[in-house]
Amino acid sequence: MGYLGQIFVMAMTAIFIQNFVLARFLGLCPYLGVSKKLDSALGMGLAVIFVMTLASAFTYLINKYLLIRYDLVYLQTITFILTIAALVQFVEMVIQKNAPALYNSLGVFLPLITTNCAVLGVAILNTTAFRPDGITAYTFLDSVLNGFFSGVGFTVVLLAMAGIRMRLEKAELPKSMQGMPIALILAGIMALAFYGFMGWKI
Amino acid sequence: MFTLLETASMLNTIGLPVLILGALGLIFGLILAIASKLFEVKIDPRVEEIICVLPGANCGACGKAGCAGYAAQIVHGGEAVNKCAPGGPDVAAQIAQIMGMEAGAMDRKVAVIHCSSGGYENTNWKYSYDGVQTCRSANSLAGGPNACAWGCLGLNDCFRACPFDAIYIDTNGMRRIDFDKCTACGACVRACPRELIDLVPLTRNVYVKCSSQDKGGDARAVCGSNHPCIGCGLCVKICPVDAITVENNLAHIDYDKCINCGLCATVCPTKAILDLLVGSRQKAEIDPESCIGCTICAKVCPVDAISGEIKKLHSVDKSKCIGCTQCVPKCPKKAIEMV
Repeated sequence: MGYLGQIFVMAMTAIFIQNFVLARFLGLCPYLGVSKKLDSALGMGLAVIFVMTLASAFTYLINKYLLIRYDLVYLQTITFILTIAALVQFVEMVIQKNAPALYNSLGVFLPLITTNCAVLGVAILNTTAFRPDGITAYTFLDSVLNGFFSGVGFTVVLLAMAGIRMRLEKAELPKSMQGMPIALILAGIMALAFYGFMGWKI
Repeated sequence: MFTLLETASMLNTIGLPVLILGALGLIFGLILAIASKLFEVKIDPRVEEIICVLPGANCGACGKAGCAGYAAQIVHGGEAVNKCAPGGPDVAAQIAQIMGMEAGAMDRKVAVIHCSSGGYENTNWKYSYDGVQTCRSANSLAGGPNACAWGCLGLNDCFRACPFDAIYIDTNGMRRIDFDKCTACGACVRACPRELIDLVPLTRNVYVKCSSQDKGGDARAVCGSNHPCIGCGLCVKICPVDAITVENNLAHIDYDKCINCGLCATVCPTKAILDLLVGSRQKAEIDPESCIGCTICAKVCPVDAISGEIKKLHSVDKSKCIGCTQCVPKCPKKAIEMV
């Protein structure tokens, strides 16, 4: 399998088979919280893609050149959280100054995901994951791509959820089912549907 | 006690992580500190202050996207400070203080439904609607289930849209608006698919309770409450300040001109104009000592309630006077008072 093929496998794995929300159950808070409207779901999704990609890159470097070298892998969680939080803050400042339009669409969501578990999850999973050959660990580029595709997977599911929930608002539901109960049932059914991708051999 | 070697190794196992994590934290902190100076975006402190003062409901009554948007518009766009309907005069005064200017009188508005049918007993139906119970979807099915194509559908979209519980439903299934609770946020105005609801200054108490643009006969035939506007134009003729216009067979009151006299309601043949103040207005009274008998008041009186001969004391027929206050400003001697 060529490198492009491997990237394709990685993308499909991150988006469908090992989807962060529906297979790994990470990032459920924004999944239920920001999925009431399509446009805010899209904003949140884009922000997550952005942060996951950047966080993957930086945590990979920190992990490889600091934690592994000094045998401090047990500090992974706290270091990664620190790195991600600082990074997101920094990026927020930069785009607020240099790209006000981008800030207006992403800005509200950026602080929300500084300590999001899906972002920390992708950073930690990058350090333990193997490439599709099953032997070698992720390289820098692999980590960045995996972060990007995981973010895309999150966005796809968030948009699907928002679309269904917007339609559900028109449905006549028993009062006890309105709002969060039906959203949780919906999340379960979506997770079951995505479970079908587990049997996909690529 | 620990030996020297043990102490050294302990320092190594504890000290190194502490050092690295501390250094990382310090570096990130420094970078953020520098970045906050380097990439500082000047935010006018007044914007933040105004956001703190605003109610934070993001209702959109001001016409901006939310409270933050309105605050930014006040500071940068020169927006008026008295547009926050839920906040009312208090908030307007506070914002004015922040901006260092006068608030100006806040013209509080309330929502008014321009239709007098829509209840269980005062609506004519052309078919029985059994679909999704919202006005919006009922309206899209063959022009709505009620006979009048302009009138209230009675499925309470406005009631559900009201964030302040200001709309209630009476025993006849009619939507009533509680003026004390209404903040004129406009949620019901946007919710009504037939655009029956309008924001009217609280100080104006005369409303056209109909939105039908049907011709007179047609409007009469379909109206369930028997109070349709038939576009006859009698109100236009009687209005002393030309505040009423008839367009598309429907009377419309311009509240910038309306003086609340209620004359239109008295002449409306179908009682389509509702006057909340009817019977409670004050009557004119002429001070016999100041009156010089100039007859100006008698000329301006739209209902001929003032009589008297020239250069003699005039008097007001209280049974005829409708309290429109037209004569008061016209009197050159300021002899007329409302009591």
